[in-house]
Amino acid sequence: MRVFTWIVPALVMLVLTGVNAKAQSLTEGGRVSGNFQLDAQVYRADSAIGAYEVEEKMRMNTFANILYTNGNFNAGVRVESYLNPILGYDPRYKGSGVPYWFGSWKNEQFDITVGNFYEQFGSGLVLRSYEERNLGYDNALRGARVKFMPYQGVTIKGLIGTQRFFWEQGPGIVRGLDGDFALNEMFDKNGVCKTRVVLGGSFVSKYQPLEDIVVNDTSLLKLPANVASWAARFNLSRGGFSLDGEYATKLNDPSSINNFIYKKGESMLLQATYSQKGFGVIAALKRTDNMSYKSKRTETGNALDINYLPALTRQHAYSLSAMYPYATQPNGELAVQGQLNYKIKKGSKLGGKYGTDIALNYSRITSIKKETADGETAIGQSGTAGYTSPFFAFGDQLYFQDLNLELQHKFNTRYKLLVSYMYLNYNIDVIEGHPGDPMVKAHILIADMTYKYDTRNAIKIELQHLATKQDDGDWMQYMVEYTMAPKWFFTFSDQFNYGNAEKDRQLHYPTVAMGYTQGSNRLTLTYGKQREGIICVGGVCRNVPASNGLSITLTSTF
Amino acid sequence: MKKIILACVLILAYSAGKAQEQPVTGKKLPSVMVKNLEGKTINTAELNNDGKPMIVSFWALWCKPCINELTTISDVYPDWVSETGVKLIAVSIDDSRSSSKVLPTVNAKGWEYEVLLDVNGDFKRAMNVNMIPHTFLINGNGEIVWQHTSFSEGSELQLIDKVRRLNAGEPLGE
Repeated sequence: MRVFTWIVPALVMLVLTGVNAKAQSLTEGGRVSGNFQLDAQVYRADSAIGAYEVEEKMRMNTFANILYTNGNFNAGVRVESYLNPILGYDPRYKGSGVPYWFGSWKNEQFDITVGNFYEQFGSGLVLRSYEERNLGYDNALRGARVKFMPYQGVTIKGLIGTQRFFWEQGPGIVRGLDGDFALNEMFDKNGVCKTRVVLGGSFVSKYQPLEDIVVNDTSLLKLPANVASWAARFNLSRGGFSLDGEYATKLNDPSSINNFIYKKGESMLLQATYSQKGFGVIAALKRTDNMSYKSKRTETGNALDINYLPALTRQHAYSLSAMYPYATQPNGELAVQGQLNYKIKKGSKLGGKYGTDIALNYSRITSIKKETADGETAIGQSGTAGYTSPFFAFGDQLYFQDLNLELQHKFNTRYKLLVSYMYLNYNIDVIEGHPGDPMVKAHILIADMTYKYDTRNAIKIELQHLATKQDDGDWMQYMVEYTMAPKWFFTFSDQFNYGNAEKDRQLHYPTVAMGYTQGSNRLTLTYGKQREGIICVGGVCRNVPASNGLSITLTSTF
Repeated sequence: MKKIILACVLILAYSAGKAQEQPVTGKKLPSVMVKNLEGKTINTAELNNDGKPMIVSFWALWCKPCINELTTISDVYPDWVSETGVKLIAVSIDDSRSSSKVLPTVNAKGWEYEVLLDVNGDFKRAMNVNMIPHTFLINGNGEIVWQHTSFSEGSELQLIDKVRRLNAGEPLGE
């Protein structure tokens, strides 16, 4: 026993010193970082605006990310908690858990990730897995991904995984392969060639076990267990010009979204831009035909999408101009968009001391032309080939049209102004699913003025007006914001539906808000009424029901 | 038995103390592949400004306060550069819906920053960015020394103050 009283500590010391030396090299260079966000709402019932009683009174969404980095190794975890999910978020998020975790290792040639990851091939037409936290959108892949850079300018990616489905995984398995070839980096290292060329190609396949689906009361469908898709893309640029194109196609994929037809899907995106200092112009064309690609045949919500179909419209930053946002129609749309940006020079008559920024934007989206597949079967009939569609023909239905002009001018160090006019055609029947409602035609005017009365204090006044004879009629909105840089802001605003045809629906939506920011920590409080509406990011939207009460948001990055 | 435990505890404390002696260096920029406006792939861990400070600012075309921040700084950017040598790297998180509009918009506005495209949010995720605008200050050794979210008129004064303090070797404060 006596011997042991000093041998044991001595041994422990030896081992620990050895372990310690190893631990130092393991933890040396290791860094932990992360972020945190909490969104909570306290609800009051308000029958006038359509805010119904919320049994829990308060709902909260929170998440925290923790990231560990050490040299070539990274690992991370995200914990989420929705108790219960805020109104407007999919109720299937209810609960708490760890839906996201990963480990990765990379060097100059390889990058391997195991666990959950996000990835995009090209523009996302065949594969895009991403997160948009304030939409509640998350189609993360869980499995493994390898990136291989064998040669400068060449990137090959391979992945396999299942997709996130709230707190579970979807029933399908997604496999993908992508190659990206920057020809100039591969063959022209000295940069002799003035034209830049990048080529790329992707192949994606999904597998879902067979199931029994019956259509037209009696037909049991013979479903494909595997559905493949592929895409090819190019980018050309020279001087101020640039041309990007991507074409994608998908094999037969009967699903709830396309009413179980066997037609192939196709999608094409073409964009041309020219810019130089003070001037930029963009023209874009996009065609989508039956390109919804999900890893579960019967899913109809905003979940389990394998690909991403960007909406070719401008994202508006003001609430009245964003009142009627466009949602991509995966079953078929043909879109054109043009944008012009110009800066009237500083020092010129119209430009003033700082110049004037002009932005003009036009988008038009219609349905695609659909014709019967064999002359007899109804278009879109379940269990058939569906229809045929000539490639460049515009269909008869207008979905969306938006013409927008914006002028921005800084008068002096204290005062700046932005004015904007928009004319909008919005097919509320198709986009929001209100059958029979007429096309909304609206004129929207915005004035946004900022007055700085000293270096750190400013007042901003926003006036907005929406004029329409359809839907809820005319709206007006004003907002006054007082900021004390860099920490504080206070806002008061009111949205008033004064033009509503029904007198008792001419409602006010007043709110007050304040916020405090310190470094990368921010707290905002908002109290008041919020109109029922739609929040869209990138053509993916979620409905926000009317609410009355207090909203708290706390966010931090460490 | 008690002596053994006491000895082990002392040894553990000694080892832990030893571990603390390692110098603490700041978090560096993570290694993520993004593209610049010419379509060339850039490794974010290799971003540098020859030992001078760098500002990395996350923005998007649809984010009004971000455009406000970058426009306000662009009016004074040449002065900032000649005084402090700082370089501003504007990372756009616009996805494929609007990423091709970034170059023409930046050119038309006459911004002189280095602009990167983070189309699927990989760099944003690796930097733990939640809401934009989110701006980071990186010192000459590539370490993140300060960060700030949101923008209001006059916030750029706080940013240039931090850059000046960094150059002078003074503590940055909060």
